[in-house]
Amino acid sequence: MSAVVAEHDDHHDHEHEHHGPEKGILRWIITTNHKDIGTLYLLFSLAMFFVGGSMALIIRAELFEPGLQFVDPNFFNSMTTMHALVMVFGAVMPAFVGLANWMIPIMIGAPDMALPRMNNMSFWMLVAGVLLIASTLFMEGGAPSAGWTFYPPLVMQTGKAFPFAVFAVHMLGVSSIMGAINIIATIFNMRAPGMTLMKMPLFVWTWLITAFLLIAIMPVFAGAVTMLLTDRFFDTSFFDAAGGGDPVLYQHIFWFFGHPEVYVMILPTFGVASTIIPVFARKPLFGYSSMVYATGAIAFLSFIVWAHHMFTVGLPVAGELYFMYATMLIAIPTGVKVFNWTATMWKGSLTFETPMLFSIAFVVLFTMGGFTGLMMSVAPVDFQYHDTYFIVAHFHYTLVPASIFILMAAGYYWLPKWTGNMYNEKIGRLHFWLSVVSVNILFFPQHFLGLAGMPRRIPDYAIQFADWNMVSSIGAFIYGFSQLLFLYIVIDTIKGGTGEKVTDEVWEEASKHGLEWTLPSPPPYHTFTTPPEIIPTEHI
Amino acid sequence: MKKTKQLLACLVLMAFGLGTAHADYTLNLMQGVTQLSHELYDLHMLILWVCVFIGIVVFGTMFYSIFHHRKSKGHKAEQFHENTTVEIIWTIIPTLILVGMAIPATKAVIDLDKVQESEMSIKVTGKQWYWEYEYLDSGVRFESHLDEASEKAHRVSTIDPRTVANYLLNVDRPLVVPVKKKIRFLFTAADVIHSWWVPDLGWKKDANPGFVNEAWTSVDKPGIYRGQCTELCGRDHGFMPIVVIAMEQDQYDAWVKTTLEKQKQAPDLSKQSRSLLLAKGESVYLKNCVACHQIDGKGISGWYPALRGSAKVTGDVDQLVGFVQAGTSKMPQFKKLPADELAGLITYIRNSSDLGNDVKDEFQPCQALTLDDFDDLFPDIDDAAQQCKEKGEVKPVKDVAENKAGA
Amino acid sequence: MSTHTAYYIPHKATWPVMATAGLMLMLAGFANHLNGSSIGSGMMLTGFITFIVMLGFWFALQSTESESGMYNHGVGISYRMGMMWFIFSEVMFFCVFFGALWYTRNISVSWLGAVEGAFSSGPGRSTYTLWEGFSATWPTNGPGKVGGDFEPMGAFGLPFVNTLLLLSSGVTCTWAHHGLLAKNRQQLIKGLLATVGLGFLFVAFQATEYYEAYHEMGLTLGSGVYGSTFFMLTGFHGLHVCVGAIILSVVLFRSWKGHFTPENHFAFEAAAWYWHFVDVVWLGLFVFVYLM
Ligand code: HEA
Ligand code: HEA
Ligand code: HEC
Ligand code: CUA
Ligand SMILES: [Cu+2]
Repeated sequence: MSAVVAEHDDHHDHEHEHHGPEKGILRWIITTNHKDIGTLYLLFSLAMFFVGGSMALIIRAELFEPGLQFVDPNFFNSMTTMHALVMVFGAVMPAFVGLANWMIPIMIGAPDMALPRMNNMSFWMLVAGVLLIASTLFMEGGAPSAGWTFYPPLVMQTGKAFPFAVFAVHMLGVSSIMGAINIIATIFNMRAPGMTLMKMPLFVWTWLITAFLLIAIMPVFAGAVTMLLTDRFFDTSFFDAAGGGDPVLYQHIFWFFGHPEVYVMILPTFGVASTIIPVFARKPLFGYSSMVYATGAIAFLSFIVWAHHMFTVGLPVAGELYFMYATMLIAIPTGVKVFNWTATMWKGSLTFETPMLFSIAFVVLFTMGGFTGLMMSVAPVDFQYHDTYFIVAHFHYTLVPASIFILMAAGYYWLPKWTGNMYNEKIGRLHFWLSVVSVNILFFPQHFLGLAGMPRRIPDYAIQFADWNMVSSIGAFIYGFSQLLFLYIVIDTIKGGTGEKVTDEVWEEASKHGLEWTLPSPPPYHTFTTPPEIIPTEHI
Repeated sequence: MKKTKQLLACLVLMAFGLGTAHADYTLNLMQGVTQLSHELYDLHMLILWVCVFIGIVVFGTMFYSIFHHRKSKGHKAEQFHENTTVEIIWTIIPTLILVGMAIPATKAVIDLDKVQESEMSIKVTGKQWYWEYEYLDSGVRFESHLDEASEKAHRVSTIDPRTVANYLLNVDRPLVVPVKKKIRFLFTAADVIHSWWVPDLGWKKDANPGFVNEAWTSVDKPGIYRGQCTELCGRDHGFMPIVVIAMEQDQYDAWVKTTLEKQKQAPDLSKQSRSLLLAKGESVYLKNCVACHQIDGKGISGWYPALRGSAKVTGDVDQLVGFVQAGTSKMPQFKKLPADELAGLITYIRNSSDLGNDVKDEFQPCQALTLDDFDDLFPDIDDAAQQCKEKGEVKPVKDVAENKAGA
Repeated sequence: MSTHTAYYIPHKATWPVMATAGLMLMLAGFANHLNGSSIGSGMMLTGFITFIVMLGFWFALQSTESESGMYNHGVGISYRMGMMWFIFSEVMFFCVFFGALWYTRNISVSWLGAVEGAFSSGPGRSTYTLWEGFSATWPTNGPGKVGGDFEPMGAFGLPFVNTLLLLSSGVTCTWAHHGLLAKNRQQLIKGLLATVGLGFLFVAFQATEYYEAYHEMGLTLGSGVYGSTFFMLTGFHGLHVCVGAIILSVVLFRSWKGHFTPENHFAFEAAAWYWHFVDVVWLGLFVFVYLM
């Protein structure tokens, strides 16, 4: 962060009358306030995290031992599918949109989001989409069970759930696109005078780039499922060889969406990490501009590497080679980020409050996930890794101890600002240590399982995989139940926390690092109705 | 008690990182038994060590900082935040490392692709949920299903999978190949995408419906190699394993010969005892029907109807035979079931207590003969059919199409 | 011009919430309908009407606010950005179908026909064919001859006329814009009338073309991958023309009411951008679907 407010105008703008929040439940339903909408997103995503997590626990319970104990294989596949959809579209993405809503206007000194009514609609579209997909759990033939990738022809065998899943994707897509448009318009149009692009906090930068990704990819996913819909109900043959189509075409389209999609879940993560680490290292972020360029480079590369998910579908050699080289390149800008975070900590004056603990764990464990990603990007070896638990381990390392950990970190970091109350540091640390240990018990053994030959998406397995699966399941339950501590902390902090009222700054010298720390805690319902004045700090 | 012990054992093993007690089990990628698999193993190890090395450097630096540059130790923060030189260095070094990795990787991609000049071809078709193999050179053709022991164990909760040999990794008819011969595989699928993977051969390849994919192998040493379908293909995706037996050329030739002979054998049309029919029927059922209609015949609601108590099953037997042979848009057709197997199957589904049906009849192979398809499959069938007719035992079912219309 | 200097933040989003509910009802109804449920179509219609009516209220509110000068320059910029990026997302949506067309023509059909070519070498793709006698040509309804014999759509009949229609509607639209800027009300209204008229004429011609395809040429949505790509691309485009023409009609109505000033006419601009986008997509269609 590179700018602070010279002077902050606390007086309300008297030109229009300033509404406080509406009364009662209506406040939340028809709200246009970025903080209210941010809160809605965050609470919704927290709930979805537990829903998706419970599904994961069903998966892990079934895999605890060889043999089929609890669920029918079809239901198991539904759980795999729904777990992924709920986590990706219901938990991680909305959580980051929630953070964006809360923090971006504040960080750039704007009064609100650029298009407040549309902001409201984005949220409710999300809820509608999730309701549609959740309703399929109760339908004849069960929820979709063809994996979150919806590959045809298998997905065509879905029962009544099929059109609901397709339309849910459409609604989620529209929601994301509207959210992304709003973020772009806010960042380009609503910055306080003096807040130049290269002074924006990295969280804002990473979200700007993520928003571009979203606008580019969500329509692609919508197009793909639309073709599934017409193939099933309107006689088209996009994915049917008899009519001249090709199921692999679907995979190309899906992964053109799907690969950038995983970066949608990681770029804002990078942004939050780059915001938190400097505060607790008491040092400015190392290499601010290279962080910005690296984010851009990752986003650009993410569009041209999609077929690394398809090395075994029968690509021509030239294709294999091209997608292998392009994918390997991503390690370079990502490496720059990892090195910059390390350099930020280097010779700092480190303290280890809960947000910092989660952020450090993120850097280490994300890098491990990145390493396995790099291994899989080597096409010939991916002929062994593909569709095994090695991949499950890879992406959970990049999603759980990366995205989820950083979301936790963001929660601890900003909760005092949002509520004005301090969370319980002791329980926070307990939550961290339980999480970081159990998440490794949960996912590390999956590397062994994958290398030893255990395919993914199976409800039952050969005896030689039994031991590590049991270990992994134990880890899952410890990890899962530790998350209840976070739920407790959130509720507790909202209710008053430790009882200690926090200062505006909350963290030592935090106001050097972001405009939000110059506002009262909690900030008033409307902030920056007159723009703050931004003056450069000494270290840029 | 047993559980707790297992748990403890696991945790102890984990603590020491010793791996497990299973001899055929590794923590690392297996080296395999082909030249390709060795090449890929080496590549895997190379990248793994590169990553470990980079990890040590990066995490080492970070943890040094975490231990020494902490506020509680009184360390004062320095305020540097940029250094173009180091940034250039840590962009260039990874680039060079990547180039170093890309070179052997490129070679491996090209090696994987060398399907030309193979000495024999095997066409592999993935189906829900078994594999079909066709040796294009010799004409051997068969289906390969999950073996009966595993099939029962995973469907019946009282059987402990640990007591089943090669649980879920065994099939009724393995793929047999000669060693040290370059074999080309052609992959395709009948319904949805499957993927054929035997880790010891070094690769997996998707079987896409309507398209053909190729891959090749040349197995170094005789042995039994096991693998699984690795593309989600529906409910029983976890239950379509692959077993490859590699043998010396002369043994292989002998195998081809006997297999071809068996393949040409006409079905046994003699009158059979009820218990024999039921036993045969059970194994046919386990192989072909259990995936959908389930071991207890209760089906899966919303997907597959129950055979238990179904009027179609217990009703007119000719209709039933016609239905099973013709299939529907949702159920595969079973035209090619030999007459004796069909007879067993029909007797079984109508009379077995496993499925809760008890019509108290039996159905003989001669009755099952439809003569439709058997001509080309079994050249001797006419004689057999003639025998049936002479004995007055033949009772061909009604026209298949008629039954289909009725279904 | 706006009288307010501060960025206008509305305080209620009643219509958006209801529009969302309507949309959800509509899609759930459509899904039920596709599943063969009899309540589906009723639900769908109710949802659709709710959605449209709520959108109507929403936009009416926006235009009242706009005309009462509540929006400053910044709000206008936000709206323009919103529209721009919305159109970009639409472009990506069309890219999917263009991509599918490219892929099937160049890759999947030649693989099905086991043709040697740029994309047919490599691990996997084989000269062994499952489809004896299928020759890889375009247009095709695939080796299964899905949908039966058909005649492909030529470029130089109605499609060519349609190209001219849409191109000239782009011109009239710009002409109307000039009229608006020059405070020439006559020109504004005439230009818009012509644009809307040409737009609906286009739709009518396209309907005729579809009618012929279905009834005389045997070309349907089910005619293999040619039919699929042809109707999906032209169909989604046609839908966009309809929407665009409806938006322009609203803009025409508002122009006639005198809502727009040379400084403040975001609705007009948005509609015009949208129209040009639809125009450009058609050019792509004409080249890749009809000509090539
Ligand atoms: C947030 C999510 C996320 C992130 C960040 C990533 C990051 C990466 N992923 Fe991952 N990936 C997924 C989520 C993610 N992935 C998911 C969900 C799937 C499975 C989808 C499915 O099938 O269901 C998947 C699958 C997947 C595959 C397909 C595997 C298969 O199915 O066969 C591949 C193959 O190339 C891959 C590669 C990579 C690479 C190269 C990166 C790179 O971005 C990683 C870069 C980072 C580093 C390399 C570490 C830091 C760098 C340094 C310290 C510098 C020095 C390093 C070197 C020079 C080595 N991923
Ligand atoms: C952001 C994404 C995300 C996240 C956070 C997670 C989190 C977890 N995932 Fe998941 N996962 C995916 C994305 C994600 N996953 C994807 C994309 C797939 C691929 C799907 C596919 O193949 O199609 C996948 C697949 C997948 C599999 C493989 C399934 C298979 O191949 O068959 C497994 C198996 O172990 C698994 C496990 C877990 C576990 C244990 C967690 C844990 O982190 C969860 C933590 C648990 C909790 C948080 C539970 C808390 C709940 C309680 C304590 C109960 C209390 C209840 C209430 C209050 C109601 N996941
Ligand atoms: C891939 C799944 C699948 C397999 C394998 C399968 N069936 Fe079916 N079966 C079905 C479906 C689906 C139906 C419902 C048919 C329909 O409605 O079109 C059905 C219906 C039936 C019926 C009629 C039941 C009724 O009450 O309507 C009988 C009898 C039957 N199957 C017997 C068999 C036998 C015998 C076998 C094995 C040789 C078998 N099926 C294998 C899916 C399968
Ligand atoms: Cu066949 Cu999975
Ligand atoms: Cu990817």
